[in-house]
Amino acid sequence: MTEDIRGLTAALAADPASLVFLRLGEALRRRGQLDAAQKVALAGLNRYPHLPDAHDLYARVLADRRDFASAFDEWDMALRLDPNHLGSLKGIGFLYFQAGDAEHAREHLRAAAAIVPDDEGILSALALVEGGRLSPAQSEPEVSAAVSTVPPTPSAAPVFSFASADEGVDEQGPFAGVENALNMLLLVDGSGLRLGGEFRSIDGADISEEISACGAGAAREAARAARILGLGEWKSVSVETGEWNFSLVQPTPDTCLIAARPADLPVGQVGFLAERAAKAARQWLELVR
Amino acid sequence: MSVDYVAVVDALTRVRGVHGAMVVAGQDGVVVAESLMEGVKGRALAALAGSLAKRVEGITRAAAGQAPHFIHLEGEDGALLVAAGAGDLLLVILAGREVPIGLARLETLRAAERLA
Repeated sequence: MTEDIRGLTAALAADPASLVFLRLGEALRRRGQLDAAQKVALAGLNRYPHLPDAHDLYARVLADRRDFASAFDEWDMALRLDPNHLGSLKGIGFLYFQAGDAEHAREHLRAAAAIVPDDEGILSALALVEGGRLSPAQSEPEVSAAVSTVPPTPSAAPVFSFASADEGVDEQGPFAGVENALNMLLLVDGSGLRLGGEFRSIDGADISEEISACGAGAAREAARAARILGLGEWKSVSVETGEWNFSLVQPTPDTCLIAARPADLPVGQVGFLAERAAKAARQWLELVR
Repeated sequence: MSVDYVAVVDALTRVRGVHGAMVVAGQDGVVVAESLMEGVKGRALAALAGSLAKRVEGITRAAAGQAPHFIHLEGEDGALLVAAGAGDLLLVILAGREVPIGLARLETLRAAERLA
C-alpha cells in the first residue's frame, strides 16, 4: 500500500497535533527518505513522548539507519509504556536475530505471535529463526521484511490529558485539571490520612480510607527498600495484577499518590497519569499549606 | 518435572544491568535460590522485596480483589522487580539504572512462568 505523502503532509500541517505523523513517518521510511522520516518521528515524539507507537516509528527509522543500539532503546521504551506493544516485540526480536541471538529473537517473536496468532509476517519470521537454516547476514532482509509488515497504528490516541477549566473538574481539589480524576486517584499523607481523591472498589464500595492506609504503608516500604538497596530516592511503584494496573508516586516527600486503572490502559500510561496528577497535587499542596 | 531454580536466576542475571536475581518464599522470606553480584545483600533483598509485595498486595486486594503479579519499584539509581511465581514464591530482581527495563520485565515474567 502506497501512502499519499503529499496528502499526509497536508493533513499534518492542517492539524499538527494529529496522529497522522505516524502514517507520514512510516510512509517516508518505506520510501527510504530517512532524514524526512526521522524529522517527522522526532517531532511526533516531542509532542507525544508517552505514545508507544511514536517510539516504535522512531525505532524503525533508527533500525533502517543501522543504529541498532538506539533502536533497541526506543523499542524498549515503547515496551515500558505498553508491555504488549506488537511492533516493539517484533522489532526487538529482529534486533536479537540480527545480532545472532536466535534464542532471544525467538522469545520475542513468540510473544508477538501470542498477541496476533495469525500474523503471517510474524509467523514467517519465526519460521526463519526457528529453522536456523540461514545465517543472520543471509536472512536479515527476509526477517526484516517480515517484522516490518505492520505499520504503526494511529489508533492509540492519548487516553487522558489535561482538561480545560470549563469541563466541570473541581478546581479546588488536588487533581484540578486532570481528566478522569474522579475515581481511583488518591492523595494521602505519610500517616495514611486521605488528603484528596477517591477510591471505589470494582463493586462500587468506597474504600478510600483503606487504600489510604495501605498506600502510606507501601510508600514507606518503597522508601525503605530503595534506601537500603542503594536505589536512591524512590520515584514510583508500578503494579500489575493482570486485570488492573496501579501506580504509586510521591508528589512530595511526605505524601503519596495512588492511581489505578483497568489493564487495557498500559501500566506505563497509568504511571504517566499518576505523574500528571502528582504535578497538580504539588501545586494544590503549595496553596493549602 | 522439578524446576531448576538456579538456572532460572542465572539466566536473569545475563540481562544487562541486572545485579542479582533470587527466588524467595514470600511468607517467610526464605531464599530458595540466588544469583547475586558481589556486594548485594541477599537476605536484605529478600526481606525488603517480600515486605513491599505484602504492602502492595493490601492495595490490590482491597481495590480489585487480586494479588499483584508484577511489581516495579523505580529508584533514581536502579530498580527492584518482583514477580509472583507458583504458590507464595516470589522472583526478585535487583537492577541498576542502565537496565533495559522493558526487556527485564519480559524476562522476569517469563522466568516467573517457569516457576509455576
